[in-house]
Amino acid sequence: MSVDTVARTRRRANVRRRMPRHRVREAIDGYLFIAPWLVGFVFLVSGPMIASLLMSFTEWDLLSSPRWIGLANFQQLFSDPLVGKSLYNTAFFTFFSVPLNLAAALGAALLLNLRIRGRSVFRTAFYLPAIMPAVANAILWFWILNPEVGLANLLLRRFGLPELRWLEDPATAKPAFILMTMWGIGNSMVIFLAGLQGVPQSLYDAALVDGAGAWQRFRAVTLPMLSPVILFNLVLGIIGSFQIFTSAYLLTQDGGPEQSTLFSVLYLYRLGFEQFRMGYASAYAWLLFLVIMVFSLVQLGMSRRWVYYEGGDQR
Amino acid sequence: MIALVKRGLLYVFMAALGIVFLTPMLWLASTSLKEQGQVFAYPPVFVPDPVRFANYLDAFARAPLFVWLTNTITITVFALIGTLLTCSLVAYGFARLRFPGRNVLFVLLLSTMMLPDVVTLVPQFVLFKSLGWVDTFLPLIVPSFLGGGAFNIFLVRQFYLTIPRDFDEAARLDGASNWRIWWHIILPLSRPVLIAVGIFSFVFHWNDFLAPLIYLQSEGNKTLALGLRAFISPTDASWNISMAASMFLVIPVLLVFFVAQRSFIRGVVMTGIQGR
Repeated sequence: MSVDTVARTRRRANVRRRMPRHRVREAIDGYLFIAPWLVGFVFLVSGPMIASLLMSFTEWDLLSSPRWIGLANFQQLFSDPLVGKSLYNTAFFTFFSVPLNLAAALGAALLLNLRIRGRSVFRTAFYLPAIMPAVANAILWFWILNPEVGLANLLLRRFGLPELRWLEDPATAKPAFILMTMWGIGNSMVIFLAGLQGVPQSLYDAALVDGAGAWQRFRAVTLPMLSPVILFNLVLGIIGSFQIFTSAYLLTQDGGPEQSTLFSVLYLYRLGFEQFRMGYASAYAWLLFLVIMVFSLVQLGMSRRWVYYEGGDQR
Repeated sequence: MIALVKRGLLYVFMAALGIVFLTPMLWLASTSLKEQGQVFAYPPVFVPDPVRFANYLDAFARAPLFVWLTNTITITVFALIGTLLTCSLVAYGFARLRFPGRNVLFVLLLSTMMLPDVVTLVPQFVLFKSLGWVDTFLPLIVPSFLGGGAFNIFLVRQFYLTIPRDFDEAARLDGASNWRIWWHIILPLSRPVLIAVGIFSFVFHWNDFLAPLIYLQSEGNKTLALGLRAFISPTDASWNISMAASMFLVIPVLLVFFVAQRSFIRGVVMTGIQGR
């Protein structure tokens, strides 16, 4: 027996001594309890991620066997005009819809936080559109935005405003989607509302004593106290809006006029599940993944400057 | 006096906002009950006259709604069972049991919460295709039995950390195994969190469109959400029938919301789910 093996046996004996029988049983139970997630993690998350990375170096239509083509897919990504177009569309949509939705959700939450009668009725009314099934929503908006008979143009006509072509015009197609998402602020609104109710009244009282007006109280008390919730909604909003798919697919399956509503996941879907270019689709998925990660990390990094955490200096 | 006027204006503003939010939904409901002629009436008619319930029957004649509804219910029920059962199991493991590597694995679990699912879309399809599961319900159900999503596990685990350990220690001294403790002590105490998780996985699977679109192909296997797509057509002018058909998807979600409104709102706060 070499010295090395002796040491190893002794170490193993040590481990065993440190882990009495019931602890061993506990550990076995622990692995068994988390086994469903562990299996899912291997087969549905980490495995597919590795597979996706490998696939991105191949050309594969699912019928013949995959062919290794190195970095060709990534080179093509940068010359494919639809990649640029779809990333631009998605970024445009995110850039306008996320801040607009956040502001609207915060505004609605502030209103609901006032001491008024029938608050739960108003809350329900503001919240309800958020649980509308996407397909029902699409059927509804397909008709609302219909240039000839839709509700949107009826209202514009009523108020003597010029009518729009909505989803048929590249200039208004993306704004139409941004407008549509404004009805779905319910979830962020409820989260803001919970955050607002957690702001201690004593801070407002103190601000009042100091003679602060409504706007100053909002700036100096509400916003800083709410900033972690704002960050939470912001990051979730960005990740969500980068993945806009269902409404775009249902309303403008072909990508809309001049591909103006070809959003990233819509293009990814087309590449993978209509053209069966699995390798190229995987490469695009990785590009999108990196973009989302960078955006989220930048947000988290910048948040150090404006998010206030109670009970501790984060820096 | 000024305060009173201000108050009045506030109510008017809130009511106007409420109407703006509810108009699309009310319009959906109202159109689903209109006669064909009234759908395009100008100025628009808000209350249908006469009320035509037959649109709902016409919708059934137009598409295999009953089959789609059955499929949707089947998938949702199984996915719900899987999610509730396994996310609670996994959460118990992370909250109560000590095993080597637990912290590393938990961090791994947390990091998957940030992962956008687009990266795994294509390879998951390849996996399920090679298993021969495409055009079956399995790709829509089985993942729910594998933990039911990182966020749900995290949520339930946080809840379990608030349950005093004395409860399970007492049972353990009486010789109860972890499985018995989980089933007889922890599970009955987890009603609030499981209701929240349950409501949201119900809404998610009921409304889900992308996964059925990718995995279900034959007409007889479609879910309601997927099938309803056929009602979006630029050439079809029978909007009243389309709206009636989509009410079959909307009504159950509304029912769940109104029956469990308190848990629902609490659940939003807990889970912070975000629509897409």
